[in-house]
Amino acid sequence: MTLVLPDPEVLCAALVRELQPHVTADTALVGIHTGGVWLAERLHAALGIVLPLGLLDISFYRDDFDKTGLHPQIKPTQIPFEVDARHIVLVDDVLYTGRTVRGAMNELFDYGRPASISLAVLIDRGGRELPVAARYVGARLDVPRGHMLVLDRDENGKLRLKLDA
Amino acid sequence: MRNPQLNDKGELQHLLTIEGLPRETLIHILDTATSFVGVTAREVKKVPLLRGKSVFNLFFEPSTRTRTTFEIAAKRLSADVINLNIAISSHTKGETLLDTVDNLSAMHADMFVVRHAQSGAPHLIASHVASHLHVINAGDGRHAHPTQGLLDLYTIRHYKKDFTRLSVAIVGDVLHSRVARSLIHALTLMGTPDLRVIGPMTLIPAGVEKLGVTVFHDLERGLRDVDVVVMLRLQSERMRGALLPSAQEFFKYYGLTPEKLALAKPDAIVMHPGPLNRGVEIDSAVADGAQAVILPQVTFGIAVRMAVMSILAGN
Amino acid sequence: MKIHIKNGRLIDPKNNIDSRADLFLAAGKVAAVGKAPAGFGAKRVIDATGLVVCPGLIDLSARLREPGFEYKATLESEMLAAVAGGVTSLACPPDTEPPLDEPGLVEMLKHRAKTLNLAHVYPIGALTVGLAGEQLTEMAELRDAGCVGFSHADVPLQDNQVLWRALQYAATFGFCVWLRPQDGCLAKGGVAHDGEVATRLGLPGIPAFAETIAVATIIELMRATGTRVHLCRLSTREAVAMVRAAKRDGLPLSCDVSIHHAHLSEMDLGYFNSHCHLLPPLRSARDRDALREGLKDGTVDALCSDHAPVDEDSKLLPFGESEAGATGLELLLPLTLKWALETKVPLAQALARITQEPARILRLDAGHLSAGHTADVCIFDAEHYGKVSADALKSQGKNTPFLGIELPGKVRYTLVQGQIVYDAGPG
Repeated sequence: MTLVLPDPEVLCAALVRELQPHVTADTALVGIHTGGVWLAERLHAALGIVLPLGLLDISFYRDDFDKTGLHPQIKPTQIPFEVDARHIVLVDDVLYTGRTVRGAMNELFDYGRPASISLAVLIDRGGRELPVAARYVGARLDVPRGHMLVLDRDENGKLRLKLDA
Repeated sequence: MRNPQLNDKGELQHLLTIEGLPRETLIHILDTATSFVGVTAREVKKVPLLRGKSVFNLFFEPSTRTRTTFEIAAKRLSADVINLNIAISSHTKGETLLDTVDNLSAMHADMFVVRHAQSGAPHLIASHVASHLHVINAGDGRHAHPTQGLLDLYTIRHYKKDFTRLSVAIVGDVLHSRVARSLIHALTLMGTPDLRVIGPMTLIPAGVEKLGVTVFHDLERGLRDVDVVVMLRLQSERMRGALLPSAQEFFKYYGLTPEKLALAKPDAIVMHPGPLNRGVEIDSAVADGAQAVILPQVTFGIAVRMAVMSILAGN
Repeated sequence: MKIHIKNGRLIDPKNNIDSRADLFLAAGKVAAVGKAPAGFGAKRVIDATGLVVCPGLIDLSARLREPGFEYKATLESEMLAAVAGGVTSLACPPDTEPPLDEPGLVEMLKHRAKTLNLAHVYPIGALTVGLAGEQLTEMAELRDAGCVGFSHADVPLQDNQVLWRALQYAATFGFCVWLRPQDGCLAKGGVAHDGEVATRLGLPGIPAFAETIAVATIIELMRATGTRVHLCRLSTREAVAMVRAAKRDGLPLSCDVSIHHAHLSEMDLGYFNSHCHLLPPLRSARDRDALREGLKDGTVDALCSDHAPVDEDSKLLPFGESEAGATGLELLLPLTLKWALETKVPLAQALARITQEPARILRLDAGHLSAGHTADVCIFDAEHYGKVSADALKSQGKNTPFLGIELPGKVRYTLVQGQIVYDAGPG
């Protein structure tokens, strides 16, 4: 299959422009491991957000634990700010079924009660299985089922999209 | 012989002993535990990993402390926990160990946490139960206490980082200690070069050198320049008799006092599996002192047990 | 019935025979070896081509579990196991319930065994009443009832004064005392050899010197009393050396080793394998090698099965709570052959350890195939290898560390007093 993949660096810049008008002192960014964290680091710096960046590893909240077991490399979740009354922007690389976002929201609520949660993603590839929608989207892309679309980062820190069969 | 702890795919099915486990498995458990330490520090100390699962604490030998830590760990993973103190129920009615296990399996248990006075009892249970069940050894006889060994390992890594440069001394009743055996296996697996056991000859088991330790009978010589001191609990029924004349004499020669601890490295840490016998194996000034990490051990213990339970449940 | 066993390889260690020779049996006795007696009309001809024909095996220690432990095994099941294993005579220790401490019990056992008409049973009487270690049994009465020796089985006899008196009393009548050497106090609470494996598994240990101290005590008491003693189931290297020295000194001492200890060591405990829970405990590989060496040089007179059928429930327990013992009657021959093959001992010499030598210890006219003597015969295929399986074992006890292991030797026929009591059938 030949699918032209967009350049994440371009999409990232577009997301910054989209998000910029909505950033306030109470806005907090939370990246979802692993690709979402890379993206969130970029956005966090570019948007000049005051609150420190939050990191989520949703391994403990996955709904397919019974089938797949525990992920072999879990990174600690770090939410270095009060969640209560904050406007949180969850950041992930690719939005697909929506299950990861569900896990992330459940985990966030175990830290407190945010004022709002919105979602920013680089790519929305369709195929939702849950009523989840992203407010900020870099690009929409039709990727057939059975293919894995993930964000990759090379040793120079450059982001790249990867499609695996 | 197949390692009875691993399933067909070579994954950890049961945790019965640290002996014979791959090094990567240990590291995976410790790394996972690090993530759980974060969970236990936050507002809601619970994750939904084991939601709907039933964890049975089968304690054939009473131990409120260990049972509680497993109970907390399971509850923080959202499992349902059933505590059974079998020492005083069915065993007295003549029901065999495996009868009890069959009975509880029929109640759709997913995991058994087993404490038993006989070495090897968890192995027997693991070899008997259906393949979806997981068995965690919470201490069997003198044999093993793997989650204690892992939390000790976690604590040492937390404070000392690199296992391959450490001197560790384990002091006291090594003969009867499953804690000592599990820690010895854990540290040799992690490449700790200098592992010492210290105690009177009556409390050092035959052939213990074969496990990779050096034996000392003199506490002062044994403690010299060590990075970690692990004090073992001396059971009260062993404080006088043919093994030891008295608790007082034991304390005089093998109790850890500030003066004795001064022989270790200045930044040495002091560990103890609890409960403490103050004035028998450890002086209060040491137990409550700056070098003691006995309470962090307890905190880490919950995270380590959460890690073990979630890894087993996922395999 | 007249039987002609033809074309077999006849091995009779006592008569120094190991050659292709026919055997002729009549009226329960050996009629002739080699050439048929004049006018011998065989009713039955057994073709033993490719098979070994030897004296029926004699086992120095086989528990039949009667009376008292019929849920573990019965005389019927174990006597069948015996003949299926080529065993035609066996000595049984007195650890029944009640113990064999009075003539009535011994007569009953002898009678029950006789009606079954399979192997010969030679009871070893209890040395003290109830094996309680206090009061001597009526040894002479027990001898008259059929006891061929006296022992304390595996029950510790703590009081050396009682042991001394028992040896003196036995010596008065010329009885042999059978003792499994183990200091009861030193062994107290132990379930495994006090060494590397017990330390690793956290099992309470039985030190090697629990055996050697007992051997030393027994040897000194022998010197004082002149009693004939048979030491049962040595397990340590040092004990073998002590027996070797005592024999050199001319003491009337004999000893045996179990088939398990001749092959296994503490390492075989693996992950708490309760089939390896034995008495005495399996010791180090170094001890095992010394036992094998002792068997080879004759310091150890005999191999025995130490047959102890245990019900499954009693083995399905944590190692320390499980019952000690292994079934062995049907493995005596295979494991003797395995030992011979591994240590390059000639077949005839190996078979002497389970025929001629135990007969000598029991003072039986058995364990040989001389014309005019009782025709107890074992015919086996030495080349056949088969896996030990619970289904195939005739013994009610299926407990053996050798389950699933391939062993040499298959018994084809067993004859007791000239009668075929076991026929494995074709195949």
